[in-house]
Amino acid sequence: MDFVNQLQRKFIDYSSSLHREGIVDDQFTQLRKLEDENSPHFVMEVASLFFEDCEKLINNMAIALEQKQGVDFKQIEECIHQLKGSSSSIGAMRVKNACIAFRSFSGAQNREGCLRCLQQLSHEYSLLKNKLQTLFRVSVASRCLYVCLVIFCRENEHAEPFPDVLVFQLEKQIVAAGGSIPRVH
Amino acid sequence: MTVEQIVSEGKDQFPIGMRVLAVDDDPTCLLLLGTLLRRCQYHVTTTSQAKTALKMLRENKNKFDLVISDVHMPDMDGFKLLEHVGLEMDLPVIMLSANGDTKLVMKGITHGACDYLLKPVRIEELQNIWQHVVRRKKKDRCNSGSKDKPHPDSGEAAGIGNVDNNGKLNKKRKDQNEDEDDERDENGHDNEDPSAQKKPRVVWSVELHRKFVAAVNQLGIDKAVPKKILELMNVEKLTRENVASHLQKFRLYLKRISCVANQQANMAAALGTADSAYLRMGSLNGLGNFHTLAGSDQLHNAAFRSFPPSGVLGRLNTPAGLGIRGLPSPGTIQLGHVQNSGNPTNDLSKLQSFVPGNHNTNILQGMPMSLELDRLQHNKSVGHIGELPTTDSTTVFPGSGSLVDARITGFSSNPLLGVTSNSLMLEGSSQQATSHTSVSAIGFQNGNALSDFTSIAPASNQLQDSKADSQGQASPINCNAGQIIRSAPQEWNAPRKDAPYQSHALINSSIPINSAMIQLGQCLDRNNSIFHRTTDLDSVGPLNFVDPLSIKHSEGDNYIMEPSVIEKEGYLMFQPRPHGSHVPDNTGSLKDLASAMMKQVPTNLSVLLQEGDFGCNGYSLRTSI
Repeated sequence: MDFVNQLQRKFIDYSSSLHREGIVDDQFTQLRKLEDENSPHFVMEVASLFFEDCEKLINNMAIALEQKQGVDFKQIEECIHQLKGSSSSIGAMRVKNACIAFRSFSGAQNREGCLRCLQQLSHEYSLLKNKLQTLFRVSVASRCLYVCLVIFCRENEHAEPFPDVLVFQLEKQIVAAGGSIPRVH
Repeated sequence: MTVEQIVSEGKDQFPIGMRVLAVDDDPTCLLLLGTLLRRCQYHVTTTSQAKTALKMLRENKNKFDLVISDVHMPDMDGFKLLEHVGLEMDLPVIMLSANGDTKLVMKGITHGACDYLLKPVRIEELQNIWQHVVRRKKKDRCNSGSKDKPHPDSGEAAGIGNVDNNGKLNKKRKDQNEDEDDERDENGHDNEDPSAQKKPRVVWSVELHRKFVAAVNQLGIDKAVPKKILELMNVEKLTRENVASHLQKFRLYLKRISCVANQQANMAAALGTADSAYLRMGSLNGLGNFHTLAGSDQLHNAAFRSFPPSGVLGRLNTPAGLGIRGLPSPGTIQLGHVQNSGNPTNDLSKLQSFVPGNHNTNILQGMPMSLELDRLQHNKSVGHIGELPTTDSTTVFPGSGSLVDARITGFSSNPLLGVTSNSLMLEGSSQQATSHTSVSAIGFQNGNALSDFTSIAPASNQLQDSKADSQGQASPINCNAGQIIRSAPQEWNAPRKDAPYQSHALINSSIPINSAMIQLGQCLDRNNSIFHRTTDLDSVGPLNFVDPLSIKHSEGDNYIMEPSVIEKEGYLMFQPRPHGSHVPDNTGSLKDLASAMMKQVPTNLSVLLQEGDFGCNGYSLRTSI
């Protein structure tokens, strides 16, 4: 069916746009590859962990930069380091690059520069979060659709064969888009 | 589980099932690492706390084959963990970091890491880490077969009971020349196992280590040979090999410290003593002053008069790769002046601390334990460090940029101890904000007693200015202590044996407390903001799906499914299908099926999709550990 194709195409386009725009890099692809039937939602789990962590660290840095009695650049550097580690682990390239830029300012103990960098970092993070969430929704939606169709087909053995074809196509497309096929018993 | 069992059952499958302990405070990285390791078919245990990791390792030595640890962790520095594991359990440890600076890598190696990986870690790299386990086992087996010297201890070794009630292959470092003094190659060849492969592992408890250090100090670091140490220690069931390998590690440790202490010594030397020159110096600030001082020859002489033996300094002068940058050259120049005859060079080693295999102590805390015994042998010129109730869970290394601010000055009288600590602490904390303050004025109120101690303030400052990374900055503190320790006993011998105690007590209190203040602050921040996950599933999800479904079904039968959620997203529009696949009587079963189906998707899918936000509390998360 057309909408299925559309959906899948959307998914593929969207995820390649993420790569193109540099929001995610190869590491993210590696992460996707780690998903399988045993850990079908691995990427989502890692991403949600990352979002939490990132928000926390950004908050800490914002607070640190607000200190009137003197900014603790050491703490900021540690936050940056951790953020750099986790963003590179998840493949969030732009966030990671923002961290690298941030680090030079914090090393120079340049408060203004740090504030700007923090803003930039926040922006990159929000962007990443939105994009990834969208991506996840699409992928989840595809899986739902797939499962529905499968169930539907099974419920209707006497139905026309096209649902099977449909399911098969959908399966192919899900896999092609890097998703994994959920098990349906 | 004995080694043979491990080896035999591992033989068929190894490296599959290799037991790895992964430590990383970053939950994202930890999850990723754990998943990658499982993908390599290792048996993985993860933890975000270094202390938990150590506890687990100590509980059962045989539980793990390999440890992977992050470098930057809030509760304990990765390098410190590395040291502990190397000392106590002798397992291969792989360091992991987002920072791949050469000096960090070097530091990892000197601390005994068998590998250093960069984040983001790739699965290809992890697929080969088993080689480190094999390598170690192989060396042990090899060496045990080809032992060239007859050992009177071999009988002992065979008969060694469990010092720790654990049986595991005793992987010790080799020390072939019993009677040779050595500055030998400390790259750590794996040890021979003189007798059976199955030897119980020796655990160097605090007590044991204390005896060890006492023995070493008694003999003199240069003359400390395993055999004699063993005799002195007089511990049953300890073999020469155990002692030898421990000695090797000890020397490594001392060397590491001494390199840093070396640098600090230069500073300290230049900064002088309790002479008037010193007091003048006390008011000087910063690097500029240091250079000024350096230029003053008179000052040098004054400073060096009562300075600790040159032998020590001379030895310290050998550079070692510890990443200390920015140390002014004047420091080294001054050393030339310090040619006081002194005690043998081994004082340094004797005096410096060594971290015993005791968790939850920072390095300095380790000093009291090791050196307290020395006090009993006060005829030796050994640094004394009193046992102090240092704050728990403080570490010297990590985040210790602030530690650089610790000033250490000596005091002779007890009453001042408290004062000094406080003042030092105050100095330390203010240090963070100010570029430099000198505490020397405070420190030298007691006249002659102070002549032996030098303020390290400017030195610290310099290091801070040089922006060494945190590890680099940490080591100066350690060497400050080492410096002080070294200097103290030279001047304060028998008549004043309590004084060094106090002075060192001072050091001990100042550094850890200082670091504790800062470190705790940071730790607390982290702890407060760490999200403690639960694995509670949010069971709202399925219901959300089921309900709309039931509603929809009442409306019409031709909907395959119409979760309102998906509609919302606008990605799918399920139209009622006019095609023939009409399902007249399947309403009920379809609903059941739908709910069954919902179990296939994340249980809180609806939450995800509706709230549009990840990281919500209900997210089910597999946690390991």
